[in-house]
Amino acid sequence: MKKIFFTIFILCLALAGCTPSSKPNMITIWHWMTDRQDTFVKLAEQYQAQTGIKVRFELYAPSDIYSRKIIAAAQARVLPDIYGVLGEKKKLVSFIEGGFVADLTSEFQDNDAEWEKSLFPKAVNVNRFEEKNIYKIKPGIYGVPLDVTNIQMLYNQTLLAKAGVKIPPSTFSEFIDVASALKRVGIDGLVSGWGETWMIDCFASNYAFNIMGEEKVMATFRGEISYTDEDWIKVFNIFKVLSDKKVLVDGIVTKGNKYAEQDFALERAAFAFNGSWCVNVYDKMNPDLRYGVMLPPPINTERPMQIWGGAGSSFVVNGISENKKLAIAFLKWLTAKEQQVFLARETKNLPANRDALSLIPKVLSEFARAMDDTTHPSIWKYNEDPLVIETFDKGIQSIIIGESQPEDVAQEVQVVKEREMEKTKKRSKQ
Amino acid sequence: MNSINTKRFPFLEFKNISENYLFILPAVIIFCVFYIYPFFEIFNLSLREWNGISLAKDFVGLANFKEILQDKIWWSSMWHAAYITLIALTFQNALAFALALSCDRDIRLRKFYRVVFYLPPVLSEIVVGLIWQWILYAGTQNGESVGLLNYFLAKIHMNHLVHGWLSDPKTALTCIAVVHSWKGFGWGFIILLAGLQTIDRQLYEAARVDGAGAFSIFKNVTIPMMIPVFVMVMVLTILGSMQVFVLVLSMVGQGLVYHTEVPVTRILASMTGTSRFGYACAQGIVFGLVLMLASFTLNKISRKFKQE
Repeated sequence: MKKIFFTIFILCLALAGCTPSSKPNMITIWHWMTDRQDTFVKLAEQYQAQTGIKVRFELYAPSDIYSRKIIAAAQARVLPDIYGVLGEKKKLVSFIEGGFVADLTSEFQDNDAEWEKSLFPKAVNVNRFEEKNIYKIKPGIYGVPLDVTNIQMLYNQTLLAKAGVKIPPSTFSEFIDVASALKRVGIDGLVSGWGETWMIDCFASNYAFNIMGEEKVMATFRGEISYTDEDWIKVFNIFKVLSDKKVLVDGIVTKGNKYAEQDFALERAAFAFNGSWCVNVYDKMNPDLRYGVMLPPPINTERPMQIWGGAGSSFVVNGISENKKLAIAFLKWLTAKEQQVFLARETKNLPANRDALSLIPKVLSEFARAMDDTTHPSIWKYNEDPLVIETFDKGIQSIIIGESQPEDVAQEVQVVKEREMEKTKKRSKQ
Repeated sequence: MNSINTKRFPFLEFKNISENYLFILPAVIIFCVFYIYPFFEIFNLSLREWNGISLAKDFVGLANFKEILQDKIWWSSMWHAAYITLIALTFQNALAFALALSCDRDIRLRKFYRVVFYLPPVLSEIVVGLIWQWILYAGTQNGESVGLLNYFLAKIHMNHLVHGWLSDPKTALTCIAVVHSWKGFGWGFIILLAGLQTIDRQLYEAARVDGAGAFSIFKNVTIPMMIPVFVMVMVLTILGSMQVFVLVLSMVGQGLVYHTEVPVTRILASMTGTSRFGYACAQGIVFGLVLMLASFTLNKISRKFKQE
């Protein structure tokens, strides 16, 4: 009998372990940033020494595993006090609708918006919902940017010199010529982690904005312009040109970004398309690497090149956490100048705090210069349907491997777009 | 205690019965919480449109199942898994059986081989995927291939074969299938070896006395005695291979267009990529039914063999 009661007791204990628990004077944070864990722990120790409040950073990597974990935790209502939501804005919307994200607007606007003003506006905007937003979320700011980032092209100065190239290309046609010159001396052109399809989407989006401008892109998302439009065909055609001219490294379509970073750091390719976080990665892989930063070379020189950027990583405060106030206070401290400089120096990421910018390493300031040219799906008025994005990205992969023509892919994407729009219409009628 | 008449003492009868139920209660609770409830919840969700987080779960009836029937990518992913399974059933199991047969004999270093052959299944699929990704790597440095296979092919002057093994639709899925078989042959080897060792040695001796040759013994003694083991290995191979996905993720990430998609990666894409949990649950149910059908068919075939 004793054994039975013991078993039941153990079972109850196990079930109790599955329920959320908030401890007073302790904040729990979940994140996915492997390269920042040690620095976070150091900062947590500093914070505890200053305030007596314990902060526990729990790392769950890689990012796709982390994303699955927070979705499961939301379903079980066991999210921590602070966490981050990765992916498109629609995902953040789901968490807000579920009540798992606190509205931080009043905190940001306290003391004449002191906290908000200290941060890059583009970074804050990533977590902001404007009046009459398409998601029907109450206007406000729902997240705290930890750092800023942007995704650009990088060039290896040593390899370009080997091919006799003195200055990096400033237009797309020049870029193709430089890549051909590199090929002649046995050097591969462009490497990027296009096995992670969002990076293809990012590259294509840069050129879509350059070729047709933001308004036409948004009109396509609204369904007013077809993907078979000649400007979109031009966007798809970029990948055909890159493939036909052998600018891309072999196997780029299944290459994860970690491998792409390794290729560039070990000088296997002269150009890379990567985010500002790469500074830290390259520094660890090859401290002697000589490289510079440039915007992706434009096709349309009359329109500025707009790149993806904004908040690199953001944290949100759990809306149902009992430690909400403590969590907000910690995030204010974490985004203050001193902590931001420390983070930037230790992890070589661009700080979200504008005042910390003057104290960062040189190559990072090159990335920072382009912050004014950034845009991001999270701040767009309209976003494309995820199924259309999947078809779009996979279609580009098939162009790169020479399986499809730009026109065919445009047609396929448009078919999915129309099908999904039809579904949305039916749903809204119901 | 047993000698006491419980009819005269109904309390004792109740106590005995309740004690019995109490013994099985933990198992029943665990079974209900972790098997029955999730099954019904998955079925319930498959009838709904849900993004996985928000409280709204719109009832859509059988719409998700209807969509699956028309989803070409889903069915091609099913075919890809079947292709991987086919290679596992033939190449992997043939290799496992050949090695089991050789280790069943009195050869030198028999125990050493057993350990070596069982090493791949012990390794994590992520690790195996990453190692093979490095072997099949397509990049070059200073004009020389970085990947081990391409480097080797170039060294033996077979440059025409040097290419991106995992980024070519003609070879990507086969590479995954071969690596899956390489990783999986070890456990098939162990089960088949165990099966071979249960065959009564006197049967072999009797056959030899009757003048049977090695091939005849193999055909008339080993194979018939091994049929139940073959069926078990085949069922496990089918279930394991159809559900392959970690290896796919670690070798080709989010995939080469749709050429390396398998059912589980599609379910994952529906859940975390496009946030369609209802559709993902419906895919899970359809996939489960296909696997059940395959297992039942094999079981029936095995029974037929046993009867014969």
